[in-house]
Amino acid sequence: MLSERVVNEINQIQKRYLDARACLLPALYVVQREHGWISPDALEAVGDLLNVPKATVKGVSTFYSMFRHRPIGRHVIQLCTNVACMIMGAERLVDILRSRYGIEPNSTTDDGRFSLVIMECIGACGTAPAMLVDSDFYDNLTEENVIEILERYK
Amino acid sequence: MKNIDRSDLTDMDEYIKFGGYSAILKALEMKPSDIIDEVKRSGLRGRGGAGFPTGMKWSFAAADPKKPKYLICNADEGEPGTFKDKPILEKNPHLLIEGMIISGYALQAEYGYIYLRGEYPKAKDILEKAIKQAYNRGYLGDNIHGKEVNFHLYVHQGAGAYICGEETALIESLEGKRGQPKIKPPFPVNEGFLSKPTVVNNVETLANIPYIIEIGAEAYSKIGSPECPGPKLFSVSGNVKNPGVYELPMGTTLREIIYTHCGGIRDDKKLKAVIPGGISTPILTPDKIDCPMDFVNMPKYGSMLGSGAVMVFDETVDLAKICLRAMKFFEHESCGKCTPCREGIGWMRAILERICSGSGMAGDIELLIEVSKNIAGKTFCPLGDGAAVVVQSFINNFRQEFEQHISKEFSKEIKVAA
Ligand SMILES: NC(=O)C1=CN([C@@H]2O[C@H](COP(=O)(O)OP(=O)(O)OC[C@H]3O[C@@H](n4cnc5c(N)ncnc54)[C@H](O)[C@@H]3O)[C@@H](O)[C@H]2O)C=CC1
Ligand SMILES: Cc1cc2nc3c(=O)[nH]c(=O)nc-3n(C[C@H](O)[C@H](O)[C@H](O)COP(=O)(O)O)c2cc1C
Ligand code: SF4
Ligand code: FES
Repeated sequence: MLSERVVNEINQIQKRYLDARACLLPALYVVQREHGWISPDALEAVGDLLNVPKATVKGVSTFYSMFRHRPIGRHVIQLCTNVACMIMGAERLVDILRSRYGIEPNSTTDDGRFSLVIMECIGACGTAPAMLVDSDFYDNLTEENVIEILERYK
Repeated sequence: MKNIDRSDLTDMDEYIKFGGYSAILKALEMKPSDIIDEVKRSGLRGRGGAGFPTGMKWSFAAADPKKPKYLICNADEGEPGTFKDKPILEKNPHLLIEGMIISGYALQAEYGYIYLRGEYPKAKDILEKAIKQAYNRGYLGDNIHGKEVNFHLYVHQGAGAYICGEETALIESLEGKRGQPKIKPPFPVNEGFLSKPTVVNNVETLANIPYIIEIGAEAYSKIGSPECPGPKLFSVSGNVKNPGVYELPMGTTLREIIYTHCGGIRDDKKLKAVIPGGISTPILTPDKIDCPMDFVNMPKYGSMLGSGAVMVFDETVDLAKICLRAMKFFEHESCGKCTPCREGIGWMRAILERICSGSGMAGDIELLIEVSKNIAGKTFCPLGDGAAVVVQSFINNFRQEFEQHISKEFSKEIKVAA
């Protein structure tokens, strides 16, 4: 299930902690980076590797909103709509994405190009509104530049 | 703080050129207990929001004989409105690393972790690169600078749970568990990571340490308010002309922050309200803006310093909708461990939703207050409490904003009836 590279990386990270289980979140990150999401099989494999029961791994993994347990779009738009972004027009941006790409919050476009995730504050309140696309950060968004930015992601 | 205003010191050589890593050399000549005393005398209080005296916290951990000891940097910065730790993490990572090495030495901790929120992927790369540089130059690892001092430092990424900023939830998360708070005491200084003595400090707190060592407790304690000395980072957002992060002496008034440093209200509109310390601190009316922003004075004005996240609202902002958005946030982030928080916040959100969508009913405001009273003081950790107190402060200070939404519907109903 897990590639040799993934296993090696997790084993390396494990050395940072005096307890194997502490490596659980980093391990889930490694898996998610490799596959885009964390499948039931991957949960089990991580559990085996770190000696944690599968049900426990699942309970932990689903607690955290950044771990994804379903396949997602090629690109994840993580748009903040919390207060500072809200008063600078974030809700309008959601409308624009809806009309331009036919995408609802917390769903994926039919062609699998984008998933839209509504975020709580992402620490860009002074240059709001802001979003992360995959792991690229964008702020000072406007109705115009948001589409311009997203068009770079095919 | 040291070089906080320089735009880019991610490279170690640059940082050293501007005086970086010199405080470590000075600290390594001191006894660990002397460093703790120095920090105590500086008067530094935790910048994560609660303002607990840092030196005192350290001395508790140092006094516990269990080994090994851990130092954790809380870089989970998730309180909406807060973006003050981010510039340290992204532009001045060596300042934090230097602070952590000194703190680790003072505590005789051999391991340090930076618990970094998952939403800051850029900071992760920058920190890891900076840590690698510090290892290569012998500032991290075993036998630092030829002394019998070992300190290992790693970045540990969170995964999108606000509650993991709460220190006991953070430690659970670091241990590979669901991030749910635990009852205190025992405090982390005695029973922390893997049940060992653990100091959890905010990024900004740790970034103050090199400066304290460099200029000395005496000089440091003269900056800012007498009871809460030192510089403070304020992150200002909302309807001001120049939002951003400002380093100012602790105790600077809200008025000075908004009108002198941030250029006043955008488009010269009128100020309607300020949330002074992040979304979980009570909202203030404009007549309160002469309050000095520190841990001691803010409660006298009915709010809290919190994380120093100033959110400014002008006359055009619909505060009922702000309150609703805040409640959606708390509902989303409740960890579900205790019933009043898990259920009560959902009710408050539903009532606010009803009010804001124009279907509010007479008595809804009283109902909101009642629900909030059934949450406040009855929860496990301050998240639930914060949500309740925030609703109360919105209603106490801006009741008419909610009434307007409700009465609009009443007039509609009357029209329908006629
Ligand atoms: N920066 C941010 O993003 C956020 C900050 N906050 C802030 O967090 C604050 C609440 O944090 P808490 O950790 O619950 O506050 P707290 O008052 O329980 O603890 C503050 C610190 O002092 C230590 N401490 C307190 N009493 C101690 C004792 N007797 N012995 C040893 N250590 C002791 C605690 O371990 C902790 O490190 C709020 O005031 C709020 O402003 C809340 C949400 C987000
Ligand atoms: C719900 C909640 C969220 C918190 N989030 C953070 C946070 O993101 N960053 C932080 O430094 N402290 C946060 N805290 C405060 C920590 O529990 C703790 O007091 C702090 O890290 C101690 O560091 P300090 O003494 O340097 O302030 C939070 C507290 C609560 C109750
Ligand atoms: S108050 Fe809320 S967030 Fe805190 S422990 Fe209870 S349910 Fe969890
Ligand atoms: S509210 Fe959107 S980044 Fe802070």
